[in-house]
Amino acid sequence: MQKKSLPLLLFVVLVVVLAIGLTKDPRLVPSPLIDKAMPVFSLPQLHEADQTLGSTDLRGEVLMLNVWASWCVACRAEHPVLMDLAKSGQVTIYGLNYKDQREDALRWLDYYGNPYTISAYDLEGKAGIDFGVYGVPETFIVDQNGIIRYKQIGPITEEVLNKKIMPLINQLREGRT
Amino acid sequence: MKRVILPLFCFFLISVTHVVMAVEILEFSDPEQQERFTRLTEELRCLVCQNENLADSNADLAKDLKKEIYGMIQNGDSNKEIIDYLVARYGDFILFRPPFKATTYLLWLAPAIFLLIGFFFARSLLRQQKTQKLTGEEHQYASKLLEDIKENGQK
Repeated sequence: MQKKSLPLLLFVVLVVVLAIGLTKDPRLVPSPLIDKAMPVFSLPQLHEADQTLGSTDLRGEVLMLNVWASWCVACRAEHPVLMDLAKSGQVTIYGLNYKDQREDALRWLDYYGNPYTISAYDLEGKAGIDFGVYGVPETFIVDQNGIIRYKQIGPITEEVLNKKIMPLINQLREGRT
Repeated sequence: MKRVILPLFCFFLISVTHVVMAVEILEFSDPEQQERFTRLTEELRCLVCQNENLADSNADLAKDLKKEIYGMIQNGDSNKEIIDYLVARYGDFILFRPPFKATTYLLWLAPAIFLLIGFFFARSLLRQQKTQKLTGEEHQYASKLLEDIKENGQK
């Protein structure tokens, strides 16, 4: 009896293992940049083309760097969440406008609202590559020392913001004192 | 008939030129460099369409990464430098052949482990069959059956 149930047992184990595998999203690739310094970059700003925004400017506070584009449909989904967050003033949001046309990006912000303190303009997508961006939107949480602490792949939802991102930001802020 | 054919022909022409325009041509002065480029882009995963390699993928990111690799090859960077550069940004996932390290031991060794398990299972099964001896009663019954068959056959 025991011997006969062995194949069944193995089968059940296999089903469980495969079922766990199915619940995971293969699109979420863990970033090797977590807990590493933010890649060095310096890009023209979206609004003021003659001024730059670089990694050295993003120091001294816990901040959010959101990679976005006007052609990105999912960006529109997360946009209200970012707008609310920006209005509440809980965290500074910087934008990395990724492979976009300047006019399109500006028009997009005019139309939907601009949650970003400053947006950098990455036409070539070079900084995007340095940040390991492979699907917009992506969002990085960077701590006071310029270390990347979290990466959100895909749109930020209320749930992710409240359950993961805000607690992490508060934790990082407390870590300083 | 002409009315249909001409627009169709135009449409065909337009679509052909579009396809031609979409292909970016990278020129190599050295066939060895081209060979390296082909080899590398075939071994690297496109993160957008994850089961495709960079060479086959037409995703924007894949094009950018190909351009990046092309630039690095022109720049004289070694294969290792190029791979390290990409892994630092996108992780081991970009490699179709993951490195052999602590997190991937199981992945690499699983086939050998399963083969060994199968081997031991088969051996024990075979041994069991070999050592299975008939009891005296069973033996008698078997020879009786054999005799019956012989007698029936003779009839």
